[in-house]
Amino acid sequence: MTTTATTVQQATPASPGAGGVGLRLRGLRRSFGATTALDGLDLDIAPGELVALLGPSGCGKTTALRIIAGFETADTGELLIGDEDVTAVPANRRDIGMVFQSYSLFPTMTAAENVAYGLRVRKVSKAERAARAEELLELVGLPGREKHYPHQLSGGQQQRVALARALAIRPRMLLLDEPLSALDAKVRLQLREEIRRLQLELGITTVFVTHDQEEALSMADRVAVMKDGRLEQCAAPNELYERPTTPFVAEFVGTMNRLPGVVRDGGTVEVLGRRLPVHGECPGTGRTVEVLLRPEGLKVRTGTDADGEAATVRVATFLGSTTRLLLTTDSGAEAKADLPSWEADALTPGARCTLTPHEKPVLVEEAA
Amino acid sequence: MAGMTATPRTRTATPRQPGRPLRSRPYGSVLVLLLAALYFLVPVAASLWFTVDDPGKGLTFGAYAKGLRDGGMATSLGLSVRLGLATVALGLLLMVPTMVVVTLRLPKLRRVVEVLCMVPLIMPPIALVAGVSTVLSWEDDLRTTPLWGTFQALHDKNFPLVLVLVYTVMSLPFLYRSLDGGLRAVDLKTLVEASRSLGASRPGTLCRVVVPNLRPAIVSGAVLSLAMVLGEFTVANVLGFEPFSVWMVHVGEYEAQLSVAAAMLSLLITWGLLLLLTNLAGGRNRNRNRDRDRNRTGNRRRTTV
Ligand SMILES: Nc1ncnc2c1ncn2[C@@H]1O[C@H](COP(=O)(O)OP(=O)(O)OP(=O)(O)O)[C@@H](O)[C@H]1O
Ligand SMILES: [Mg+2]
Repeated sequence: MTTTATTVQQATPASPGAGGVGLRLRGLRRSFGATTALDGLDLDIAPGELVALLGPSGCGKTTALRIIAGFETADTGELLIGDEDVTAVPANRRDIGMVFQSYSLFPTMTAAENVAYGLRVRKVSKAERAARAEELLELVGLPGREKHYPHQLSGGQQQRVALARALAIRPRMLLLDEPLSALDAKVRLQLREEIRRLQLELGITTVFVTHDQEEALSMADRVAVMKDGRLEQCAAPNELYERPTTPFVAEFVGTMNRLPGVVRDGGTVEVLGRRLPVHGECPGTGRTVEVLLRPEGLKVRTGTDADGEAATVRVATFLGSTTRLLLTTDSGAEAKADLPSWEADALTPGARCTLTPHEKPVLVEEAA
Repeated sequence: MAGMTATPRTRTATPRQPGRPLRSRPYGSVLVLLLAALYFLVPVAASLWFTVDDPGKGLTFGAYAKGLRDGGMATSLGLSVRLGLATVALGLLLMVPTMVVVTLRLPKLRRVVEVLCMVPLIMPPIALVAGVSTVLSWEDDLRTTPLWGTFQALHDKNFPLVLVLVYTVMSLPFLYRSLDGGLRAVDLKTLVEASRSLGASRPGTLCRVVVPNLRPAIVSGAVLSLAMVLGEFTVANVLGFEPFSVWMVHVGEYEAQLSVAAAMLSLLITWGLLLLLTNLAGGRNRNRNRDRDRNRTGNRRRTTV
């Protein structure tokens, strides 16, 4: 249901080096008994960049983040913050701010005391702590809540305080593990924009774990898609969406059709009566494959003609500016197609039409 | 119910109606409270009457005066209180770090620790004391070894360490139950990790985050243990020491009124001690803790009493 339409293009992308350091993960491996949580994870993050770690449940996102934070150790592999190998540095000396998925404020302390906690540990004077706590609570949009205890704050407010607390120590890097997943949709949307605004303002290197692709695509400079403890692809949101390098990424990000096709000479594939160049892995000539096409990558014309493949509209869902059609081709394949609503007037359920793909390189996968 | 089925219009006409079910609820609680109070207060009142009523002469506070003048009472009560405080201190020192480590690092051992801590509850004190007596009787055989001094200290009449040790074992179930409830009420792992990521050392995290969050549980465990020690009779009696409970029984054999008067006084003193401890729990966020106790650990704790 997500499209790149929600991506907020920043006029000034993260100003590199503004206040952050780079991060390099090299071949991180971690097993828990028989389960392999990380299976050789490699990832480079530039200073001041926000990278979203995206992937299905259990793919090792949290494990990766906890290794970066120092709460977990990798069995093998290397972890560099800037140029320093921090593998042996304990969590309390890594200077990394972290916001947790569950509410993690200290229940016995007020909001201000929570924010000032890291400074108290660093023996900063009381007056300075109070001033900084006030400043940070204001920064996260909670002025005047200094004296509130966590149980007197809403979930969204608690996560804001947690963010302020993590930023108070002026960390080298910020780690967020699904900080918004416990919040309702509206607060989530609002808070993610604020996190991004703050991150850009401070230029702090940030790793943001999520399994919500919309969140990842709309916030991140780059999105790292993980699968089974390994990195599948790490790219800018629009590139990830438009040019996924593997079928897994293609299907995980956005919606994908799988339509039958046959491989032809010269690295092309025949699908819906057209020949398209294959991008990525291509099986031998003559093989039957499944071709991956986005719903907006299909053209739908009213009526049938020789060009393309004839199909029947099953369901038409009005989504505002676009309409999504569920179609069945005459050869029996199912396809989803998105087209501008003003073009979809005649395409009511039962209507006959013709499907053709846009002329773009496509990913294929050998039919199971 | 009538208020709930009423249409919005009638509700605005009589705005107090929706509040009625809420207001009627306290009557039930008051009734329960009254019954409970009767249950506790009738015996106390009867005892009180027994101590101040001198048949034929009317009201007298002679028994209390005598109790306060009697050196035996002060000595035995002092011993009980000191034993109680030492037991609580030792028990907490043992159990708080253990439980925290088990929760954070060795969750698999939780069951083992639970079973171990519950053993004193199912083992009768008389069995425990039989074992202790046997060990203490080795003393003569050890007369020539350095251990002898330790044995002497163990059953020093002024402060029998052996009682502290036995009482600590007997208080394990109370401490375990309270601390377990407290630990389950907070997500300690995340709090500790948050503290660590903000730069705190492990001991710093224990003092600033773990203990404050466990304070209600620590206090409740301490209160229960203290109450147990102040009332313990079997072990002290069999081993031949005379803390308050033993003294009371001894006195009761020849001076019933004095013994009951002492019981009344001890009730007051015990309450005072418990109140003091509970207030120590408070600090400035007592209200919050009280809320949380009521919501989460309250039920569990009540069942252990
Ligand atoms: N402490 C642990 N003990 C045993 N297994 C673990 C532990 N932590 C993680 N795992 C396992 O490692 C794998 C990866 O877990 P991880 O929490 O990193 O996944 P995730 O990508 O964060 O998933 P989710 O989106 O559900 O949070 C899972 O199979 C999980 O069961
Ligand atoms: Mg996770």
